[in-house]
Amino acid sequence: MSEHNTSDVGVEGGTVEPNGDVALPDHHPRRTDFDPRAAKRAERQVTFLFTLSALFTLLFVVAYVQIPTDAVVPIPFVGTWSASNAALGVTFGLAAFFIGAGVMQWAKKLMSDKEVVAMRHSLASPQESREEAISEFMDGVDDSGFATRRVLRRSLLGAMALFPIPLIVILRDLGPLPGDSLFITNWVPGMRVVLDVTGAPIRPSDIPVGGIVSAMPANLPEIQHRDGNLNARAKDVVLLVRINPDEIRSQQGGTPEEPWDYEGVLCFSKICTHVGCPIALYEQRTHHLLCPCHQSTFDLADSGNVVFGPAARELPQLPIRLDAEGYIVARDSFQQPVGPSFWERG
Amino acid sequence: MSVMNKLGEQAEFLDDRLTVANWGKRNLRKVFPEHWTFMFGEMALYSFIIVLLSGIYLTLWFKPSMNEVVYNGTYTPLNGIEMSEAYKSTLDISFDVRGGLLMRQIHHWGAMLFIASMTIHMMRVFFTGAFRKPREINWTIGVLLLTMGFVEGFAGYSLPDDLLSGTGLRIAEGIMLSIPVVGTYISFFAFGGEFPGDEFISRLYGIHILLIPGIILGLITAHMLIVWYQKHTQYPGKGKTNDNVVGYPFMPVYMAKAGGFFFIVFGITVFLSGVATINPIWSYGPYMPDQITAGSQPDWYMGWLEGALRAMPNWETVIAGHTISWNVFIPGAIVLGVIIQLMIIYPWLEAKVTGDKREHHLLDRPRNAPTRTAIGAMSLSFYMLLLIGGGNDVIGTQFDISINAITWFIRIGIIVIPPIVFVITKRICLSLQRADREKLMHGRETGTIMRLPHGEFIEVHAPLSENEKAVILSKTDITPLPWPEKTDADGVRDPSYKKDHRWARLSHWWYTDNIAKPTAAELATAEEHIRHSAAEGAPIIAHRASLEPEGGVLHDPAAAAAEAEEGKEPVGK
Amino acid sequence: MRRRHRAAAPMLVLLTLALIGVLYAAAGSATSAQASSDARGANAELIKQGQQLFAEGCSSCHGLGAQGGPEAPTLIGVGSAAVDFQVSTGRMPLAAPGAQAPQKPVIYNDEEIAALAAFVASLGPGPQIPTDEEINYQDADLAEGGELFRTNCSQCHNFTGEGGALSNGAYAPNLMNATPRQIYEAMLTGPENMPVFSNETLTPENKRAIIKYIQHMDEQPDYGGWGIGSLGPVTEGLFIWVIGIGLMIGAAVWIGARVR
Repeated sequence: MSEHNTSDVGVEGGTVEPNGDVALPDHHPRRTDFDPRAAKRAERQVTFLFTLSALFTLLFVVAYVQIPTDAVVPIPFVGTWSASNAALGVTFGLAAFFIGAGVMQWAKKLMSDKEVVAMRHSLASPQESREEAISEFMDGVDDSGFATRRVLRRSLLGAMALFPIPLIVILRDLGPLPGDSLFITNWVPGMRVVLDVTGAPIRPSDIPVGGIVSAMPANLPEIQHRDGNLNARAKDVVLLVRINPDEIRSQQGGTPEEPWDYEGVLCFSKICTHVGCPIALYEQRTHHLLCPCHQSTFDLADSGNVVFGPAARELPQLPIRLDAEGYIVARDSFQQPVGPSFWERG
Repeated sequence: MSVMNKLGEQAEFLDDRLTVANWGKRNLRKVFPEHWTFMFGEMALYSFIIVLLSGIYLTLWFKPSMNEVVYNGTYTPLNGIEMSEAYKSTLDISFDVRGGLLMRQIHHWGAMLFIASMTIHMMRVFFTGAFRKPREINWTIGVLLLTMGFVEGFAGYSLPDDLLSGTGLRIAEGIMLSIPVVGTYISFFAFGGEFPGDEFISRLYGIHILLIPGIILGLITAHMLIVWYQKHTQYPGKGKTNDNVVGYPFMPVYMAKAGGFFFIVFGITVFLSGVATINPIWSYGPYMPDQITAGSQPDWYMGWLEGALRAMPNWETVIAGHTISWNVFIPGAIVLGVIIQLMIIYPWLEAKVTGDKREHHLLDRPRNAPTRTAIGAMSLSFYMLLLIGGGNDVIGTQFDISINAITWFIRIGIIVIPPIVFVITKRICLSLQRADREKLMHGRETGTIMRLPHGEFIEVHAPLSENEKAVILSKTDITPLPWPEKTDADGVRDPSYKKDHRWARLSHWWYTDNIAKPTAAELATAEEHIRHSAAEGAPIIAHRASLEPEGGVLHDPAAAAAEAEEGKEPVGK
Repeated sequence: MRRRHRAAAPMLVLLTLALIGVLYAAAGSATSAQASSDARGANAELIKQGQQLFAEGCSSCHGLGAQGGPEAPTLIGVGSAAVDFQVSTGRMPLAAPGAQAPQKPVIYNDEEIAALAAFVASLGPGPQIPTDEEINYQDADLAEGGELFRTNCSQCHNFTGEGGALSNGAYAPNLMNATPRQIYEAMLTGPENMPVFSNETLTPENKRAIIKYIQHMDEQPDYGGWGIGSLGPVTEGLFIWVIGIGLMIGAAVWIGARVR
């Protein structure tokens, strides 16, 4: 207990402390305290609750055995539920709840509700104990010579400081070094842009003005899972949109001879430059592309620039042209890394 | 007595080896104060136990593997679809294991309850000042538990490898990449190469079922041992002091109530899991890095960080060929770190500002610590704004508001609203203090108007009950830190003057407009006055009561007068 | 004596008006239900009827020749599918300009819609209302539909088709009440902000698969119990705070309360 501890109706410093009267408020007896019939009733009530619990436990077992997992049951107003899940949850839940409710009624009605008082004791040790402990500690330190044998101490500390290094070094093989893998994708000049899911090649005429197509590089379906199909998917997916050429205000590159679009068909990375969600909420009237994760909004008619939200960089554009058969192919690879920014990106 | 002997025989075995009798003698009747707000911590503890138990069941069927398999099972809409084994086994748990879906839902609802309970528990501890000396260590453990809860929850959310899980991980990868200098390496080491790779789920699994639960269990154990050792705090009231603890003995009342409450929490969680869907992973579909759904959200406890990510302006700098994504790094990494650290140091910070070094076992009423309460309310408003930001798309569609408008509201509001909340809360607290002082000095308003002989109307005041008085007087007045002297008596400059001065200024700010408690002398005079007024008013109260119609409250004017004298509201039968 | 409330008279008027409105709406929907469902086949009579309806209901914004106006796009070349979608979902005629045309009770009956569609189709070639065979999704591949849905649709319409937010107050609508024909037409014509999914990039078979998946999501049971709107973690969080924590605090208060 500290020296300031509040103790009495203090006139100490003229302030008033509340603790003068330590007598508890009067105890009001409950009905069960003086009416044996009420106590008996409470006992019956608690017994009933425990019995209910046992009943629901048995019902749980019956439901487990009897209800197949694919049975469904219509519940008015809220839909159709899995019968098994609902029955198991309700029975098991009520079985637990009624034990709790029974115990609680028992405690509230039949166990004593007289409040008792216990005194607190100072958490701090007496001063002598503290001094004793410190002196014993110092005896130990002196005995070891930790304080006096400096070289010994320093060499031990040095060794201990180095000791964790293997624990960290051994983590090195958690993964390969990044290298330039964040800079490259499967898009190389001439790579066909094919439909996501079905893998069919695309002609510009397939995309009407206002249309959008989720697409991927033609070689992606051939990449096996163990060779990183998903990793490739996480970088390579693109969107093709067609915008009336008059409405395209700017593009990220291209010359009149070698345009990056094909008659208003534009190709952008589908990976948001904020934190990498696939981004495909395309509003064809405004040409805005919105990310469902953090609502970065890009204007595809204006070089894919950011018009709203937390993304800082424009959506990378993939230059496209047609191949001999009239299908859309990449004119070149992406001219900047796709996806979120990172330290080495520059 | 025979029971005693029988129990004694069994206890002897233990006591001979572990000295349990000594411990039991001291602890079996240990007193725990009772209040409904003291149950929040128990709620958190029990939901953790529920999550632990249901989690063990799930490990029996879940396969933490990103190997690709083709699904052909009970849930027909996914037949023939390639997916990870983790996702497939989660589908199997949901559709083929009897009670598996229930266990999944218990695990997930329980986890949400665990963190929600910790949150309200922490709010109770904060607003009542329970974190003050000697309980700062337990506060710190609590903050760490909450943080671990976030991490554990996020790891669990990521394991089923459904579309939401993967989207969450993708965002986590984006945040890792935003860390200056080492971000790319951290990401590559975490995912075993490029995102998503095929290592992450098995790595996360070990962390989710072993490492973090182990840490949480250890922290919970320490947390509870310290509560036990230091004895629980209590609310002020008649007979409750800083030196005692008033409540029910551990054996049997508290034990029954705590044990019973476990079953109630368990029952509610299981019942909800039977009737309410959580995370229908079958509808989300397996994670594919090129798919996304509208309404991609984290669980609620991560919602505020999601809101921070959404509301952050799009700042990014490129220095000497290196990119720093402030737009991701600040909300994704810094905000959480800074807030956790602020929470951890708060008890020490407050003690430093108030200069209060006493032990506190009697809880503060929030109004009696206006600055702390205002800081708490301000922080909550900050948190709520970010949480709203995190759900802006759902709020936008449900209430027909533009998401851009909500985002701008959050961007501006996050700067403007918390200070306003601070000021308003502090003023409300001070008004309540003033009302308290008023009550002490003039008694409780009875609502009865009396006309004095010379025509003046006054309201009859009744004395406060002992309990009310004890509650109001529990306010501890502490004087702000003293202003330091520039030089000491010998004219030597105090080197720490500037620092001390700053702390003193902060301390004076902390106590701005403090409503002083009446002094003992003032109180004595006031009480005399109130007694007088109440005695004057007693007949009129009694008279009014006798006029009450049939079924009215009181019929015995004498008793009413007597009760009024005692300072009690006349109570009906 | 009890006096009538001041607002009684206006309230009565309002109630009467509301009642008339409800009756009118009911009568309207009854007639449309009776109308024949097969009203395709654009003949001259139909076009003429459509032109008349157009002049009465649409021309004030879209112009007498459907050439468009300052507030409304041209309808030449949008095809009958667009008209059928817009009018049969009640989006057109527009009640008031806004971020997006909301769904409303349908004003025209099936015959009138067919006439309007025929008239607009006669102005220039455009996507046609899909035939019954085109939207017959019974044999479509459900799993492929899901895959296509998650790749092309769920980003805006949410994983169960409940809809979601777009920028500046626009939104992707809930798909649960849309008919297969309306879904097909929407993909084909790209109403409002929705992009066009042409038959070349999303073949009729793909479209039927998507429709089948959407229909399945609509009919699919909520296996785990109440779906809380199928809106994902936001509503789940709200649920656990209101119901979960609410129940537990209720229990805690009950435990702490003294018995008499």
